[in-house]
Amino acid sequence: MSIIKLLYRNTLRHKLRTFLTILGLTIAILAFGLLRTVVSAWYAGVEASSASRLITRNAISLVFTLPASYKEKIRQIEGVETVSWGNWFGGIYIDEKNFFANFAVDPKTYLKLYPEFILTPEEKLAFFRDRKGAVAGRKVAERFHWKIGDIITLRGTIFPGNWDFVLRGIYRGRYPATDETQFFFNWEYLNESMKKISPRRADQIGFYIEGLKDPDRAAEVAAAIDASFKNSIMETLTETEKAFQLGFVSMTEAIVIAIRLVSFVVIIIIMAVVANTMAMSARERTGEYAVFKTLGFGKWHIAGLIFGESFFITMTGCALGILTTFPAAKAFGDAMSAFLPIFHVSRQTIYLDVVAAVIVAVVAAIIPTYRSVNIRIAEGLRKIT
Amino acid sequence: MESKKPLVILRDVCKTYQRGSQTIPVLQDINLEIPEGEFLALMGPSGSGKSTLLNLIAGIDKTDCGTITIGGVDITTLSETELAHWRGLHVGFIFQFYNLIPVLTAYENIELPLLLSALSKKERRQHVEMALQMVSLTDRSDHFPSQLSGGQQQRVAIARAVVTDPTILVADEPTGDLDRASAAEILDLMERLNTQLGKTVIMVTHDPRAAEKARVIRNLDKGYLNVHHQAAL
Repeated sequence: MSIIKLLYRNTLRHKLRTFLTILGLTIAILAFGLLRTVVSAWYAGVEASSASRLITRNAISLVFTLPASYKEKIRQIEGVETVSWGNWFGGIYIDEKNFFANFAVDPKTYLKLYPEFILTPEEKLAFFRDRKGAVAGRKVAERFHWKIGDIITLRGTIFPGNWDFVLRGIYRGRYPATDETQFFFNWEYLNESMKKISPRRADQIGFYIEGLKDPDRAAEVAAAIDASFKNSIMETLTETEKAFQLGFVSMTEAIVIAIRLVSFVVIIIIMAVVANTMAMSARERTGEYAVFKTLGFGKWHIAGLIFGESFFITMTGCALGILTTFPAAKAFGDAMSAFLPIFHVSRQTIYLDVVAAVIVAVVAAIIPTYRSVNIRIAEGLRKIT
Repeated sequence: MESKKPLVILRDVCKTYQRGSQTIPVLQDINLEIPEGEFLALMGPSGSGKSTLLNLIAGIDKTDCGTITIGGVDITTLSETELAHWRGLHVGFIFQFYNLIPVLTAYENIELPLLLSALSKKERRQHVEMALQMVSLTDRSDHFPSQLSGGQQQRVAIARAVVTDPTILVADEPTGDLDRASAAEILDLMERLNTQLGKTVIMVTHDPRAAEKARVIRNLDKGYLNVHHQAAL
């Protein structure tokens, strides 16, 4: 017989209680893992951002545009290697529920700055050549069963009218964190159309993206860009891509904080549940622990039995919780792909699950252990019925 | 017998309990010597302090004054951890209600104190099988306590108590929860442990029939140990 066997048998002494505690733990770890993944998904854009890219926008607000003429001036600034630009298009595909991000971009410079969007050379060439051409991410293409050559019509919200695009490429992400749910088309197509429909809105750019020669000089180059347009009609605000993405996240920070809080509350609740189970188990076994002490087992042995049981229950729940997190995250991610395009259970989340489970196991066992270890043997033996 | 060196020596032992603000004396001025190989019965009315005295000798309770020397070791000076280690080596305890671990089989219950020793699994098996044979329960080794009768459970408890080959065996009302036939079996077994294996047995009992098995009977009354009484053999 080994102590592990004894722990196992002790754990299964009250099968229903143990089952319910493990079930609670599994659900708590699953919920904790999913909530942490939601938080990670929220920051996916920040994580995927590059240190070698700057974003320039209108200093007043992102909703205001900048003149297209700025690009030449930006290009001349020391430290800037490549300049690209784009507009948030905000088009709707058939129905509003079919949301995905869509942008008008300058194809050549944009794809140069975003090597993480992988297209075949043929797809790239076709995209560059066709003014009405567009590329879509793998996930969005799969979602709507698009094939190369399909005509895709988006209903404009910011730019009115129905806009037809020919799908010239389907990109794949280079990294797991690369967003594969976006849709890009040629900015020239938008601009030429606006010149006809609403000339006042032509030659306007939503944001510039600058590729840097040296990422270490990002702050210096950003300051130089903004200084170039200081006291102009449309002043600029330039920041690193990471800071730009964080700006978006900060708009919804209250939600992220709430999600984080809920994830910790879940752990605190399950901590109370496991502590209750352990307290009941230890109280019921006070007499047995006294017998163990009588036989020569010391305080550390008793502590080992209680902590061992707590760990046994908690780690079983943790393992089941982690195992169920993956399919649950897949289902959740698929359902929410339009809003949370990157929804992967990260290694860090798994580590956090394990750390949370260890904390639950330790905290739940402390008080029962203290009581059981410190009770006098004679007093403990009297508790045997 | 008188010429034998005392194994257990109690000098001026006293013990009190605290009930609220009230201090209740349980044992007073206890002086006792138990030679090696003795079978001693401690008798006395309820509340006389006999179980407390047994607990003090077994090292599971602490004295308020006096010394208890067993096999040359003054156990009143040992720390909790040292005392636990000492108990594991030198004391076999037999309880009134057997106190077997319900989730362990008879075999595993007997093996339990051996887990603290440096014995290999094979050596542990040999010891346990020998103990099971001694209490005639070889065929019940895989049974859980709930599958055994009271008498069988007490025999398992005795096997557990002797499996480490302790210096002293202490028994607190070992027949108190048994029918007459089972009680007789247990007492015979304890007598054999004393006579055949030379184990020093200290037994607390209410039962005069049980006490008859002892070589020496000592009476406790209101915390005092009365005069020595040699049992008729």
